Amino acid sequence: MAEPLLATRHLHRFFGGLCAVKDVNLEVPRGVIKAVIGPNGAGKTTLFNLIAGTIAPHKGEVLFEGRPITAWKPHAIAGLGIARTFQTTRLFGHMTVLENVMVGRHPRTRCGFLAGMLDLPQAWREERESKAKALAILEDMGLREYAHQQASYLPFGRQRLVEFARALATEPALLLLDEPAAGLNIYETRELAGLILRICERGVTCLVVDHDMSLVMDISDEVFVLDQGRKIAEGPPRQIQRDPEVIRVYLGDDCAPDPQS
Amino acid sequence: MRFARYLPVIAAAALVVLLQVALSAADATYYMTQLTMSTYYVLVVIGLCLLMGYAGQVSLGHAGFFAIGGYTSAVLTTCNLVAWRDTAVIGGCRSLGLVVERQDLYGHTILCFSAWPAFFAAMLAAGLIAVLIGLPVIRLKGHYLAMATLGFGLIIYRIVLGAKWFGQADGISNVPPFPLFAGLQVNGRPAFRVENYYIAWTVVLAAMVLAINLVHSRVGRALRSIHQDEEAAHSLGVNTYRYKVCTFVFSALLAAAGGVLLTHYNGSIGPSEATVLKSVRYVAIVAVGGMGNLWGVLLMGMLLNFLSLRGVFGTYDDAVFGGILIGIMLFAPQGLLRAPAWRRVLHWLPGRRHG
Repeated sequence: MAEPLLATRHLHRFFGGLCAVKDVNLEVPRGVIKAVIGPNGAGKTTLFNLIAGTIAPHKGEVLFEGRPITAWKPHAIAGLGIARTFQTTRLFGHMTVLENVMVGRHPRTRCGFLAGMLDLPQAWREERESKAKALAILEDMGLREYAHQQASYLPFGRQRLVEFARALATEPALLLLDEPAAGLNIYETRELAGLILRICERGVTCLVVDHDMSLVMDISDEVFVLDQGRKIAEGPPRQIQRDPEVIRVYLGDDCAPDPQS
Repeated sequence: MRFARYLPVIAAAALVVLLQVALSAADATYYMTQLTMSTYYVLVVIGLCLLMGYAGQVSLGHAGFFAIGGYTSAVLTTCNLVAWRDTAVIGGCRSLGLVVERQDLYGHTILCFSAWPAFFAAMLAAGLIAVLIGLPVIRLKGHYLAMATLGFGLIIYRIVLGAKWFGQADGISNVPPFPLFAGLQVNGRPAFRVENYYIAWTVVLAAMVLAINLVHSRVGRALRSIHQDEEAAHSLGVNTYRYKVCTFVFSALLAAAGGVLLTHYNGSIGPSEATVLKSVRYVAIVAVGGMGNLWGVLLMGMLLNFLSLRGVFGTYDDAVFGGILIGIMLFAPQGLLRAPAWRRVLHWLPGRRHG
């Protein structure tokens, strides 16, 4: 069996007495779109932050291409080829769209303080390449016309796309999408679904977190369901939709008190 | 296109020449003394502008780095090594020209370090201390960082005020001129006025070019991204901690260079250079100039330091800078050199209020 691109082994994370992520074993094979779903407070974003290095797990490990990356710092993880977007779009508002995407080129470029201050030829070359790459990504996503606009002036839906473009600029092998459809209308959500499929076709594995089933059921190959920090189901979308445990969690059950809500 | 960023540098150089010609023609070259001194202070605020306006980190301890530079150089160029004249180390340094003989104020022959090694030692000291302070402190954010750097500034002030080595309340005087190369020297005597005016401006415009290049580079973009959203920047592969520490150290080195040069220019340095009030003054200048606006900071740095050195603010000198800080924060947090700031100030003037 092929080695999964990303795997977590017995991952635990506590917040005070609360166990936000409990013994999670998640495997993401190469080239798929995998979704992590679960009701609010299920621990999806915590799981995401554990993978992206924003917070460190208390127990367990994270493996990327079979290599442990547990508690690595976010910048090192980005350098390895894991990019992420945020639940609430977090663009650099005072910078142009192009500059935002060029920041995404950071892990693939190298000129430091000295080269920058002295404006060495290698810095020019790198800058030119960065700019060309960033423009190509914007062009591809239909954002070319916004390149020189200040990011915060863009409509919300466009900002989300810029955040995608920025993450793609890091040339990730794995893209972590934290509630990409949050706040988007139906039309924008459909557009986004097409975009995620296209990204995946180009060989970027996607891990999508969402509590809204509609998007993930359409695009994902596999679904992983979390509730109260632990896995309750895993499988293809069709099967998940019929899973009695998932239905119970989503539709509510008097027998299932939820200490996190 | 890329050379467009140097046009302001050329314009500034032209203005500098113009000002010199005008002052010489008007026989008012004595203004150049304060202009030169202001120019060295501007070095501090250029570094602080990078740190505050671009990387988004505050420091209330930069007078400390200025003092470390100035005092290190002053001590090394005025200490008397005669007692160790015959040791191998001093002998070796003498043959290399690192240690020289000169006459002190009272005509005695003393043996002390020459200016270049003292300069490098000062930069090294400031750099090392900046790294040692920066590594733990730059992890802090906002008020906490401000307080920690304030604490650093207070420590440096008390050390230079208390230690015999640093001349206590008198400071260190009789610091020799700094011979640069080809006969040029940093020297505050009237005969060297015009020469030093140009030396100071060359240094500052060179620092300006470095800073401008930096902000237009990959690193500059990373710094701005840290300022706006540190977590997002971190997730995109920007080693936020390292960049913040590096900027802190670079700004400390600029402050120390200003300290060294001004000390040689004045021929002395005193504890007033290390006070927290000086640090607050630098922060106020960066705020007036407009945080991330290098040229604005340069302009306001020249103007305010010049007025202060001319004694325009009288005994209320420090109060004026405190007042400026309050005013800027209230009415023009983006700095004075932006249109919205002027509109807001005009709006507050009597008779301009909209009903």
